[in-house]
Amino acid sequence: MSRIYPPVPPGIHSPDFFEANRGTHLRHPKHPRIVIPPTISELTGPVYPYSAIGGAETDLTRQHAGQPIGERIILHGRVLDEDGRPIPQTLVEIWQANAAGRYAHGVDNHDAALDPNFSGTGRAITDDEGRYRFLTIMPGRYPFQNHYNAWRPAHVHFSLLGPSFLTRLVTQMFFPGDPLHAFDPIFHGVPEQVRHRVVASFDLDATVPDWSLAFRFDLVLRGREATPFGI
Amino acid sequence: MSDLTPFSTVGPFFKLLVRNRAEGTDCLVSDATRGDRITVRGVLFDGNGAPVNDGLVEIWQADASGHYHHPGDADRETADPAFSGFGRAATDSAGSFAFRTIKPGLVRGADGQSQAPHILVSVMARGVMSRCWTRMYFDGEPLNGSDPILPLIPIERRQTLIARRAADGSYEFNVVLQGERETVFFEA
Repeated sequence: MSRIYPPVPPGIHSPDFFEANRGTHLRHPKHPRIVIPPTISELTGPVYPYSAIGGAETDLTRQHAGQPIGERIILHGRVLDEDGRPIPQTLVEIWQANAAGRYAHGVDNHDAALDPNFSGTGRAITDDEGRYRFLTIMPGRYPFQNHYNAWRPAHVHFSLLGPSFLTRLVTQMFFPGDPLHAFDPIFHGVPEQVRHRVVASFDLDATVPDWSLAFRFDLVLRGREATPFGI
Repeated sequence: MSDLTPFSTVGPFFKLLVRNRAEGTDCLVSDATRGDRITVRGVLFDGNGAPVNDGLVEIWQADASGHYHHPGDADRETADPAFSGFGRAATDSAGSFAFRTIKPGLVRGADGQSQAPHILVSVMARGVMSRCWTRMYFDGEPLNGSDPILPLIPIERRQTLIARRAADGSYEFNVVLQGERETVFFEA
């Protein structure tokens, strides 16, 4: 079956310009997007016959000689389309700070400890039910230069390609109950009525006693399957 | 209402994503890849004309015969196995990016006629809240005059999508996020 792409309704994605988010001031386009009918170029996209993604890529606690400092968490969920159907065999990439709130990245000069046992990146392929699962540690919160005394809530970055160029998604996943949500311009950039979609749920059923907590985070990408009898 | 997950900014620390990438790098060609090798280079600019040195640029294009490795292309069996069509690059300290790729072949449009040769370009960065994407075309291509998408753009902005041939044979394509010569961005 072929895939169709209803237009993205307003009120879902963060607006390009958000006053409280200083970075958007000089980087948001001022012209509206031009709507075009998608061609085969937009309706295709990189979908790889991914061969083995090894255990170390889904397990961010086992990428170095020792275990990273921090609370072990299972981060799992499903990737779905707008019909609620699973998207199998699709790539999910994540990156995050370590438990102290420091990224293993040259540009991050926050005065917090680097962890030699944590790089903070992972890759997974969804299974036939659209499920992915990472083992990682709880990322720390960190200051950023948006305004005086600005701090980012704990979050994990997600990047998905999906079945076509149009399904590309990059987003940030937050954790429930973080007091910094109230002050974060990036969190508040997400329209209020859909903000719950970027917050993971604590998942007691998926925790492993004496070993790891767990959070569930589902992602919904653009596209629905065309029905056999037309759209 | 649709259950779509909202986009959010890629932030400044995504370079972890482009390091050691098995599928998306800035070099799309190997010895076995068919087609004319080209380099596409440019600078990503902000609304003050300053370079964006923490940007993520991705490209998606057809192979030399105009095919895509994808279930949506009826001719995918003939797509070049040595060409993924997908590239990814971080802008450097001068806001520059460069892709080594091949000139894409002609891709059919909805009416069965050929589109002009084009490359889809995605841009993300700190301060860019969702993805901005556009289509890069090639200067001097006769088919630009009959492309189905170009006429949908106001004529005074069409030039922002045309890559110019430089003296060294590379194609120059700058992306301007905001300002006087703001690049046309699409939605579909």
